[in-house]
Amino acid sequence: MGRLRRRLLGWLWSRPALQGWTLIAPAGGWLLLFFLVPIGIMVGYSVMRRGIYGGVEPGFTLEHYARFFDPLYLAILRRTLVVSALCTLICLVLGYPVAYLIARSRRWRNLLLFLVVLPFWTSFLVRTFAMIFLFRDTGLVNTLLLRLGLIEAPLTLLYTPFAVMAGLVYSFLPFMILPIYATLERQDLSLLEAAAVLGAPPAARFRRVTLPLSMPGVVAGCLLVFIPALGSFLPSDLLGGAKQMLIGNLIQNQFAAARNWPFGSAASLVVMATVLVGVLAYLRTGHRPAPGMR
Amino acid sequence: MRTPRWLGSIVAVVYFFLHLPLLVLVVFSFNASRFSVEWSGFTLDWYRRILERSDILAGLRISLVVGIVSTALSTVLGTLLALGLARHRLRGRSALESLLYVPLVTPEIVVGISLLILFAALNIGLGVATIIIAHVAFSISFVTVVVLARLAGMDRHLEEAALILGADEWTTFFRVTLPQLLPGVLSGALLAFTLSFDDYVITSFVAGSGSSTLPVVVYGMVRRNIEPTVNAISTLVLVFTSILIYLADRLGRERRAR
Repeated sequence: MGRLRRRLLGWLWSRPALQGWTLIAPAGGWLLLFFLVPIGIMVGYSVMRRGIYGGVEPGFTLEHYARFFDPLYLAILRRTLVVSALCTLICLVLGYPVAYLIARSRRWRNLLLFLVVLPFWTSFLVRTFAMIFLFRDTGLVNTLLLRLGLIEAPLTLLYTPFAVMAGLVYSFLPFMILPIYATLERQDLSLLEAAAVLGAPPAARFRRVTLPLSMPGVVAGCLLVFIPALGSFLPSDLLGGAKQMLIGNLIQNQFAAARNWPFGSAASLVVMATVLVGVLAYLRTGHRPAPGMR
Repeated sequence: MRTPRWLGSIVAVVYFFLHLPLLVLVVFSFNASRFSVEWSGFTLDWYRRILERSDILAGLRISLVVGIVSTALSTVLGTLLALGLARHRLRGRSALESLLYVPLVTPEIVVGISLLILFAALNIGLGVATIIIAHVAFSISFVTVVVLARLAGMDRHLEEAALILGADEWTTFFRVTLPQLLPGVLSGALLAFTLSFDDYVITSFVAGSGSSTLPVVVYGMVRRNIEPTVNAISTLVLVFTSILIYLADRLGRERRAR
């Protein structure tokens, strides 16, 4: 047995290409079968007729894509894009200074970084729940404001667009901070010294040296916030009370209550296509997605 | 280089915003009052109540089973894939590398729904097995990316030395390559487990009625009415994942130090 195994392994090792494929095949097969094939089937479903109890019926139709030109769905699509873009912008404005400060600090760097990473890996659900706990009528914000006498009746904070945006920013901010930090940390500080020696004031040094050099991180961060925001449905569901539907809610709904799988598939593919356009644009700038980001 | 004060205050506000909600959540898991955020005394009642609820305990058990099995599978598959990609110049390699990055940028809802469609099309009943399949599918890429990073920083001379000194490839792999690779593999595994343990979106689509993981159970509780038990569960989850992240971080640091 041992001898046979050894012979077999020796044979395998003498054929590097075969050995390579043996290493790659299991994971590659898994990804093919449970990632690409399902998306392929989804493409198929999106052009088939709707089954009555979920599922599909044979036949070819483009009606599910045509439905997106209905004003109702166009509005959902537009709202999703606006909300995701606004969320990305807010994350950038809040996240850049944090990334900058972490990259420039020496003593506290590890601690500051750990404090950003911690909520990043904390359960999405727990973070969303934390927001509910703050914003509901009997929540901490309202209780404090009432106590301080600043308001007389609780403000409606939960189930508003404000709560949804706060939840989205809260969830995705670390995705913005980490890639920007990564580019700022690698930056050659002697360039800044050179600029200073040559007489550039601090604002100009930032605008003409630091900022352009950190652009890869900024672009990566924006993408890493925009993508999950685009497909998100938990914040608008739990914090928005599903009042302001985003495309994520629409998709989820097609597979839960509405039982319109083809339309849900078409909507998923619209999201996927938007994401791919963004990623391809990013790859054209010559960067790989940073590891460990989601 | 001095940092302006206004910059410091923005950063302070952001950190406040990142951590205050979680801190509040934890503090009020020990509050005796059920309905308000008025502090009415310290209690461990909400933690005791967790032990009385069979749905939470069942969810926890399923989450652990799914987490452990899917972590084991995705760690092995992901590590092999990383080795194959890093050590062998194969045709179609760049296509495979792009395939590797697709799961990292696909919105979770799309992953969940496409898998639901696949299982329905193949007539596979939803349950623990389908959850595990889904979790492995999205974890492999994360493990591979982490292990690839470790492989890139590894000194290949040690392996060459072992081979020259007469060790066969099998021995070299287990006695030289794997020990060097281990911190990367372990931090990849911890990452995979954290992802699996926390996932709600994908799981909600591929879980059957009797196979709700902990996040699915908690989601139901949050939707119905919020009771401090949710605070207690959240606190426990927070502590648990913090420990995992801390471990992964330390392994990562060891990686850089070498």
